[in-house]
Amino acid sequence: MAAGKDFDVDRLLDRAEIIVCCGAGGVGKTTTAAALALRAAERGRNVCVLTIDPARRLAQSIGLTELDNTPREVKGIDTAAGGRLDAMMLDMKRTFDDIVITHAEPARAEAILANPFYVSLSSSFAGTQEYMAMEKLGQLKAEARWDLIVVDTPPSRSALDFLDAPQRLGRFLDGRMIRMLTAPARVGGRAYLKVFTIGLKVFTDVLNRILGTQTLRDLSLFVSSLESMFGGFRERADRTYQLLKEAGTSFIVVAVPERDALREAAYFVERLETDRMPLAGLVLNRVHSSAAPSLSVERSLAAAEALDETGDEPLAAAVLRVHADRLATAARDGRRAAQFHSAYPSVLMVSVAAQAGDVHDLDGLREIGVELSNGPEASAPRVAAK
Amino acid sequence: MSDFPAVKLHVVSGKGGTGKTTVAASLALALAAGGRQVLLTEVEARQGIAQLFDTPPLPYEERRVAVARGGGEVYALAIDPELALIEYLEQFYNLRRAGSMLKKIGAIDFATTIAPGMRDVLVTGKVMEAATRERRGGGRLYDAVVLDAPPTGRIARFLNVNNEVAALARMGPIRNQAESVMRLIQSPKTAVHIVTVLEEMPVQETTDGVAGLRETGLPVGAVIVNMVRGPLLPPDRLEEAAGGRLDRAEVARGLKSAGLDPDPAIVAALTAEAADHAGRVMLEQQERAALEALERPTYELPMIADATELGGLQELATRLHDVGMV
Repeated sequence: MAAGKDFDVDRLLDRAEIIVCCGAGGVGKTTTAAALALRAAERGRNVCVLTIDPARRLAQSIGLTELDNTPREVKGIDTAAGGRLDAMMLDMKRTFDDIVITHAEPARAEAILANPFYVSLSSSFAGTQEYMAMEKLGQLKAEARWDLIVVDTPPSRSALDFLDAPQRLGRFLDGRMIRMLTAPARVGGRAYLKVFTIGLKVFTDVLNRILGTQTLRDLSLFVSSLESMFGGFRERADRTYQLLKEAGTSFIVVAVPERDALREAAYFVERLETDRMPLAGLVLNRVHSSAAPSLSVERSLAAAEALDETGDEPLAAAVLRVHADRLATAARDGRRAAQFHSAYPSVLMVSVAAQAGDVHDLDGLREIGVELSNGPEASAPRVAAK
Repeated sequence: MSDFPAVKLHVVSGKGGTGKTTVAASLALALAAGGRQVLLTEVEARQGIAQLFDTPPLPYEERRVAVARGGGEVYALAIDPELALIEYLEQFYNLRRAGSMLKKIGAIDFATTIAPGMRDVLVTGKVMEAATRERRGGGRLYDAVVLDAPPTGRIARFLNVNNEVAALARMGPIRNQAESVMRLIQSPKTAVHIVTVLEEMPVQETTDGVAGLRETGLPVGAVIVNMVRGPLLPPDRLEEAAGGRLDRAEVARGLKSAGLDPDPAIVAALTAEAADHAGRVMLEQQERAALEALERPTYELPMIADATELGGLQELATRLHDVGMV
């Protein structure tokens, strides 16, 4: 059981305007985001959940059958409190295409969209996805249609990537490379081969030798045609970054009681602090617990062994081993949570019990929502009523 | 006898959280056992290998990180695309200074941002160089190279560098480089192994990953099922247990005969835990069946408490040997 101050999730769900769920890959971020959004909607708020890469069956459960970049209402939620839930899945390339179309006149937009460098950049995973997720968040926020937007962050190799993406883009746009590549194109024609400076000469020579002339031409054209939109790009990236610092925004770090996931969570907590981003708390998924902690691992195993010797009670022996295994896992989970808490005592925590299988319906999400809001006590296993 | 005797380059992919790096390291140890030299590489700047072997962060340099059973050695290399480019320029064009200048003006940062396919070519190119070194060239000779590769969702794209680069560079050295990387990757000397655990999403991703590799003509190696826990309940009682229908009187009787207090609350808690466990085991059986349908050699590695320490890695390496993968 997580040692930590209670994280009052309901209070957050009733007040926040943006909740960003972040954490390492494979810790249940998408499920947590969906469960939070559903709970907020059923508590009466008008909510949109933006998911990045949901598992197929989870996506289906919230009515996301296609990747169409448009929030759609989730059917089957309890609307008694007057809330509503919309969900959408991010289409990274389409979001990027839309920015190009918005910022360039049609002929130029078309040229950009067809450029091989644009195609490579807009459909790759490195950085673009993070930036587009933030861009989409900014767009949704600007629509002012929802009380609360819950964002699931991309499955980055590092949970920090999406925070850095807008700034990385800014650095990229300010880079000398861009200026070098765009300078010749401004002069026009085949001028990119002219010698502007010694550096540029060496530079284009090298690029020509490595890439070939055609590629350099494509690159130069791409960069110069994008140049007109760069100001707009960076402004948007900066605005979204500022949005993340506003009072209505809260971050939730999601983790599981495993070494790597907690290490990632720790980086994130520190990073949010450094950037003065508001951390609401830590959700610790897949926490094991036992309803019979008084029957210790040692006694259970000793009893199981004694039963093995007689061979009369194989079921009880097996059940005792299951219990010992569970209790040992629960103890390990508890230790890891306690270690995290002692390293970051001010971070509020809530744990969610390990589920037997993946969650893929609204009822499953609802149950997780209940656990999220009740604090650590909710993690106790539900004792079978049968 | 090894199932992959002809393979020189072992690419290890898997969904995040499945223990891909641990398995790659164990595979390297297994391959090195008995006196062979193996290079373990990583490409995502995570320093996962250094963490695993408890060494300081790896530079862009081949360093010995472990000694395998029977005297082999595992070297490790964290491939940095920028340094790989500079090395590449130096080697093929004698352009080291140009490389440093490109770095200085941000060209390399730029190139890897704007065209991630380029970065993949540089990285895979370096792996290829290590895997195909010959007696006369520079550098250490390896019997095998293990690549801790990007996750399953990106693996086909990462390896299919030729396709990525073809659209960007129709000719020239980068293109040639991509083509020779492709020749190695598509040859019988390469195998792409996928690590998974017996859970729904990782298995789904494995299935999708195998389909993606097959579509792109990349050689699918083994499926390695990691962190497998042994069944604790008798197989014939699983369904009952999963449905919460275990005979509580029977459990209580057993507790009593083992000298424990058959308190109904304890019995109820134990039955509920047995139900969770049985439910999980049954789900795992379904996932196993889904993996079998892929028709690839499949190996299971047990869940061990200290898999991320050298002793644990050695244990997993021995296991990979015993099940015939190495």
